[in-house]
Amino acid sequence: MGSTIIEKIVRNNVGKEVRPGDIVTVNVDRVMIHDIFIPFVASKFEEMGFTKIWDADKAVLIYDHLVPASQVDDTRHFRVGNAFVEKYGMKNIHRADGICHQLMTEAGYVKPGDIVFGTDSHTTTYGCVGAFSSGIGYTEMASILGTGTLWIRVPETIRVNITGKLPENVMAKDIILKLIGDLGADGATYKALEFAGDTVENMTVASRMSMSNMAIEAGAKCALFTPDDKTAEYCGITLTDKERDLTGDADAKYCTVINYRAEDFVPVMACPSNVDNVKPVSELAGKEINQVFIGSCTNGRLEDLMAAAEILKGKHVAPFVKLIVTPASRKIYREAAANGTMAVLAEAGAIITHPSCGLCCGRTGGILTDGETVIATNNRNFLGRMGTSKVNIYLASPKSAAACAIAGKIVSP
Amino acid sequence: MDKFTGKIWVLGDDIDTDIIIPTEYLALKTVQDMAPYAFSPLRPELAGQIKEGDIIVAGKNFGCGSSREQAPEIIKALGVKCVIAKSFARIFFRNSINNGLLLIENDRLRDDAKEGDEITVTINESIDYHGNQYPITSLPQNLVDIINAGGLVAAMRKLNGLD
Amino acid sequence: MGMTMAEKIIAAAAGVESVKPGDIHTVELDRLMSNDGTTHLTIDMYNKLKNPRIADVNKLVWIVDHNVPCDSVKTAASHKKMRDFAKEHGIQFYEGEGVCHQVMMEKHVTSGELIFGADSHTCAYGAVGAFGTGVGCTDYLYAMVTGKSWLLVPETLKFRLTGKLNDGVYARDLILSIIGMIGANGANYMAMEFGGEGLKTLNMSDRICICNLCVEAGAKTALMEVDEITLDYLKAHGREPKHNFKSDEDAAFAKVYDIDLSTIKPIVAKPHFVDSVVDAEECAGTHIDEAFLGSCNNGRIEDLRVGAELIKGKKVHPLVRFLVVPASAEVYRQALAEGIIDIFMEAGAIVMNPNCSVCWGSCQGVIGEGETLISTGTRNFKGRAGHKDSFVYLASAATVTASAIKGEITTAENVG
Repeated sequence: MGSTIIEKIVRNNVGKEVRPGDIVTVNVDRVMIHDIFIPFVASKFEEMGFTKIWDADKAVLIYDHLVPASQVDDTRHFRVGNAFVEKYGMKNIHRADGICHQLMTEAGYVKPGDIVFGTDSHTTTYGCVGAFSSGIGYTEMASILGTGTLWIRVPETIRVNITGKLPENVMAKDIILKLIGDLGADGATYKALEFAGDTVENMTVASRMSMSNMAIEAGAKCALFTPDDKTAEYCGITLTDKERDLTGDADAKYCTVINYRAEDFVPVMACPSNVDNVKPVSELAGKEINQVFIGSCTNGRLEDLMAAAEILKGKHVAPFVKLIVTPASRKIYREAAANGTMAVLAEAGAIITHPSCGLCCGRTGGILTDGETVIATNNRNFLGRMGTSKVNIYLASPKSAAACAIAGKIVSP
Repeated sequence: MDKFTGKIWVLGDDIDTDIIIPTEYLALKTVQDMAPYAFSPLRPELAGQIKEGDIIVAGKNFGCGSSREQAPEIIKALGVKCVIAKSFARIFFRNSINNGLLLIENDRLRDDAKEGDEITVTINESIDYHGNQYPITSLPQNLVDIINAGGLVAAMRKLNGLD
Repeated sequence: MGMTMAEKIIAAAAGVESVKPGDIHTVELDRLMSNDGTTHLTIDMYNKLKNPRIADVNKLVWIVDHNVPCDSVKTAASHKKMRDFAKEHGIQFYEGEGVCHQVMMEKHVTSGELIFGADSHTCAYGAVGAFGTGVGCTDYLYAMVTGKSWLLVPETLKFRLTGKLNDGVYARDLILSIIGMIGANGANYMAMEFGGEGLKTLNMSDRICICNLCVEAGAKTALMEVDEITLDYLKAHGREPKHNFKSDEDAAFAKVYDIDLSTIKPIVAKPHFVDSVVDAEECAGTHIDEAFLGSCNNGRIEDLRVGAELIKGKKVHPLVRFLVVPASAEVYRQALAEGIIDIFMEAGAIVMNPNCSVCWGSCQGVIGEGETLISTGTRNFKGRAGHKDSFVYLASAATVTASAIKGEITTAENVG
């Protein structure tokens, strides 16, 4: 019998065939820790009695949630992080370069077939290059730092086939929102998502990243795309046969197979306050908004900023509406500055912040209050995520978000 | 703790980690500092009402969202004996096991339960509510091992020859 | 007897022939600026008035700049209150456009005007010869409702500038030196007036920087003689002077200082007072955790150019957070067009949207316990930039940038 992508990755790691439900111990290829949790990882690591990191080069520390610091105790996390890096000889640290999930692939820390864990639920992102990556808590992170291993239960796989050409104003974000709406917020719990079909083959790695990033919002353990030439180019590598083989076999066993026609997708939004509360933008049109947020590890990449700029070019954000743009990384910021995207956004009245998690993590970056409505390109619209529990958060694609910023209300791009 | 009785607090579906502890409070120094803000977006008064030994009964997908381990730690710090839900999100599930917070899956209790009532839990057997029995499935052995070790930190300390 | 600039502006605003220091006059105000630091309080008081009304809504300019983007539910609520009120009453409103004083200079202020701002650094407007002064929200409310206020005519300290600043010495060094010389209350209740041949060597950015900081010597306002540089600036921004007042030859000054600009050296104000100034060299080697280039004092394109030239091809010290915060959206766009933003980004700086940032110290880069900041901001009071037990040194854009590269306080020539 054939294997799914996740089964192949785990098999290659443990050296034997695996099936869903098997509990195996994997050797971890890379770990990511971010600023919010480093103090907890550090104290658990020492409490556990470890004195060295199993392989310091495999650990990456990224400051992103607290950049720039918005509360006086925030910088304590940097001090603890800097001391940890120094004490245990870590070299991979980014103090203000962007969002962890963007940097992990962008800076070359993750390659196809890798097994990666991070102290953040959106660690599923790295499936965009065919890596098995998943979020864990800080206690497990501390144990990986000491041992280099983690137990996992091999997940069943949901296969999602998408074929055809997407309508013009539909982005990868609309696809993943639609899928989450169809699956429900727990529809893929404990499972792997596997994407296939010519629509995803034709997608950029950046678009795939938007989708793998949000897989957790359906509860998924990971979300995987088969590595291809685009992946190779993005990662700056030549794919090995083993990497090219990371595709679901024709006779692989899936717990569910979902088929979509790309032509059927329309711009959608996830309505307050659950990510699976998904509706077509056309049904929501006319609702007044107060703020638009374009950014995050879901949709803060160059293609996202360019898509927004295309809509905003020569126009201006509606009066009394704020447009906040937070690029996902320093590299993206610089590319957007170089190709004129930033100038277009700035002319349109955007507030452009330094690359970081910004509003998505709800600590600064555009917090809202009772009765206000925000259209946001990030991954979560949970109650209270961006301010009080009476803030209405709608998740949308960068194109939809940009169109709303101009109109001052919900409109289709 | 093979058998215990506690007062229940009833919550809905998809109780996410941002409800359990909003990001705003995540950089506070200790879990004790954060505990008063537990569930604040949904029910700001709840953290102050929960007493040692109480039990949370919730719907599906409890703990969905972020990987923040403070979520189970805070629930534990509030004195909650266990969480019984229709289902749990996976990261929250792992984090709870690693911290020794007992989670029990049951798909019927939530719909029958009334807040403030008492239930009795017999570990690995069943829940008794108003004389009705609700079955409990048992955990896989590797998780039982972690719980028996006293959580993951204790297990690692043992590995490192400390305890 | 003749009058000073300050006296002439007040006389005109009071509709009288002449005024003298110590007189109290009722004056008609030209403009009323308020920001998100206190506007919500003004609105609360306004709503409690028996017959609330706004004398002339066209005089009001409201600017959200302190917590942008918003950092907490509390500030979100006060911003909303401000935004809703502005919308309802048709008040000129800016959000995310930049630090209030810079926005006012770019878009509103002109020579000879009398302006109240609900912010202490309103004295910055003297750079174009406008009488700007900071007021509390009660004074602001009264002016908002009546269009008028009362004003005690201040004495004037006159600073006659000669010579030219040496290379590597900036307006910031000059004004810190002056504050060090006269003390943090050296100009209490007074106007500080600047003139002389040396003034002509200072561009508009320098002038804003100098006037802006005069409140740190306790000044009620700061004023600079209107000259070609002023008129060019106003013209470039599409404005004409309202008045072009000059102090009379026989005007009475409380004191006259002659300052040779060529004698000024790079200066640092040490924690926790602005007048605690020493030669920058004396602080050399002081460890820093954060550096801040920005604010209404030093966040203009000229300041960013100084920093960019210094850091081009170099890197920010890995353990230093170097915040670069353009003072306005206009400055940001210009810096973007000149490639300056990219120079800072390449060097590893944290380039933020235009806002008050750590100068205000409640969000956007606050420093923690025991940490040290070197800043082009306006104040180094204890706790100003974050934790109550932290340290702020004030210096020029050049010294701040050089220190960000080195990881400790140093001057530009040491990183060249």
